[in-house]
Amino acid sequence: MTLTHHTPDDADTPGQAEQTPAVSRADVASQWQLMWWRFKRHRLAMISAIIVLLIYLVAVFAEFLAPAPPGQTSTRHTYAPPQGINLFVADAEGGWRFLPHVNGYQVEIDPVAIRRTFVVDPDAVIPIGLFVRSEPYLLMGFIPMERRLIGPVDPGDPFYLLGADRLGRDMLSRIIHGARVSMSIGLVGVAVSLLLGVLLGGLSGYYGGRIDDIIQRVIEFLKAIPTIPLWMGLAAAIPRDWAPLTVYFVITVLISLIGWTSLAREVRGRFLSMKTEDFVAAARLDGAGELRIIMRHMAPSFISHIIATLTLAIPAMILAETALSFLGIGLRPPVVSWGVLLQEAQNVRSVSTAPWLLIPGLAVVVSVLSLNFLGDGLRDAADPYAH
Amino acid sequence: MLARYVLRRLIYMVPTLLAISIVSFAIVQLPPGDFLDTYIATLEAEGGDIAHEEVEALRQRYALDDPIFVQYWRWVSGIVFRGDFGWSFQYQRPVADILWDRVGLTFVISLASMVLVYIVAFPIGVYSAIRKYSLGDYVFTFLGFLGLAIPNFMLALVLMYFALTVFGQSVGGLFSPEYADAPWTWGKFWNLLAHLWIPVVIIGTASTAGLIRVMRANLLDELNKPYVETARAKGVAEGTLLLRYPVRLALNPFISQVGWELPALVSGAAITSIVLNLPTTGPVLLIALKSQDMYLAGSFIMILSVLTVIGTLVSDLLLAWLDPRIRYG
Repeated sequence: MTLTHHTPDDADTPGQAEQTPAVSRADVASQWQLMWWRFKRHRLAMISAIIVLLIYLVAVFAEFLAPAPPGQTSTRHTYAPPQGINLFVADAEGGWRFLPHVNGYQVEIDPVAIRRTFVVDPDAVIPIGLFVRSEPYLLMGFIPMERRLIGPVDPGDPFYLLGADRLGRDMLSRIIHGARVSMSIGLVGVAVSLLLGVLLGGLSGYYGGRIDDIIQRVIEFLKAIPTIPLWMGLAAAIPRDWAPLTVYFVITVLISLIGWTSLAREVRGRFLSMKTEDFVAAARLDGAGELRIIMRHMAPSFISHIIATLTLAIPAMILAETALSFLGIGLRPPVVSWGVLLQEAQNVRSVSTAPWLLIPGLAVVVSVLSLNFLGDGLRDAADPYAH
Repeated sequence: MLARYVLRRLIYMVPTLLAISIVSFAIVQLPPGDFLDTYIATLEAEGGDIAHEEVEALRQRYALDDPIFVQYWRWVSGIVFRGDFGWSFQYQRPVADILWDRVGLTFVISLASMVLVYIVAFPIGVYSAIRKYSLGDYVFTFLGFLGLAIPNFMLALVLMYFALTVFGQSVGGLFSPEYADAPWTWGKFWNLLAHLWIPVVIIGTASTAGLIRVMRANLLDELNKPYVETARAKGVAEGTLLLRYPVRLALNPFISQVGWELPALVSGAAITSIVLNLPTTGPVLLIALKSQDMYLAGSFIMILSVLTVIGTLVSDLLLAWLDPRIRYG
């Protein structure tokens, strides 16, 4: 250890620092503190962590944040294009007045394609505001509320920031509500994978031998089969008349049945490498029980790796749900998930009529991307003693 | 030594193949009712009528009243001994007729994507390792992850949309109409190549990021080792040094990823094909599953899995042969 001068950095605890000038901040920090410092250095992961947090907050407060209920249809606004928000209107004297608003639509019938096209009508000013009054709803299913974050001042006016779909439903509201299902599938799926992965991976690594052999063969088998055809087969077997919630759980379990393998490998590897460590042997010689050795001595040193692996498993599950729902064999309407929303953009014709139908895909990309970066940062930070 | 390893791996294959065939058969048996029920329902929906005797005859012919393991055995033994995959009621043709062309094209696309992914990931992985935390490293990493995050089907849709609106052409399919049903000629082959790059690029984007990370991490490990220092001290030119020692060592874990990449690429090919409407397994599998065309769906799932497992095995064996340090224990 090198002798360092007393720097202001070390002066958090003045009395102690005086006596032990040789101790730097990193020497006395706990393992979790070291991880946090290392994680903070990964800028992209920090930003991603904030984005992920925001997305989950959006999912929790969906009813308040969405301008309209996700199922509210409007036959007059089918495939209405997105409106832009303007902050000022021209008044009679030729000046500008502050009035946040969107413009209404004018409908023209295209005589060739025989369908309606919408043109933004610059004269129709629809004032909008924050915390506007709306019909009563229950936030998170139990808090009665009558206001929404943003919306038209007169609740009946059209307000489509991201356009409308085939039934005139507001895309923005549907994407916000879709975050609930899409983001929670990842969490629930990861919970199931965690259970399977830690249990089977732990058994495999701790006992070794025949149990290990069998579990490893199963994992190799699952990893060698192309997942999409397998999921397609399993998902197609779900009866069409099952309740949406049941389908949701079945799909989640299907996805995690295949997703647990990488976690199990991670846990097994950790157990294998740690079982011969001196501190485990010491604990065993001290007469500690199996469970105590695992929970008290081994778990603290690999739990961070598990968290990182789990974080990296969430985006894969979100993508799987999106793909299955897009194909029409995953979740089905009236459930609103990003994959279900993308079903509307099934072919290139509907995409060219209404390109905004692809916006739910953007939500998928942003959340998968930030979860991946977050997981990457966590993995780097998981072993703070490595250089 | 190597021969014993090959033999052991081949023996391991047997339970795997058995499991695959059972799972494939079980998947298609899972939905309530059997394909005759669906068939009758379809016929009735179309206004057709089916005589009771005819139903019984079909039931007899497919042995639908036999216990499930008898049906399974009949199907599997037909495949193994006679190459008979059963009958597709939807196409009214033997499954084997539909199967091989489409499975062949699926693997052509998957393997082409694999080649592309490796060609792209290798130089980028090496670059991001030697220029760690440089702007280029960040840009490539970001692009790689972006490719991972965009669902294949969405990328396909976006590409089709731009091709349609900007260039005014449709990009679906693998052949131009005049070649679609033509026999194989050089003209058809070139036509295939001209169409192939779109699905290949779409499928490849999802796997590039992972491989870049593998190459980067392994090369970073090697770069810090003493032998690199030694070579540098002896005055070996930096470029020669890099390629001759650390890159060669980092290459093995990179290549061993082939086994994990192949299933992912076959998966990607399935879903991309559905959007692009390629004459591969994806679209037919989806339709077969939705209409419970039992033998067709089961055969597709089984053959895709079996070929993927074989592909993985071949790549493992190649690796064992390439790298003398791998022990066959």
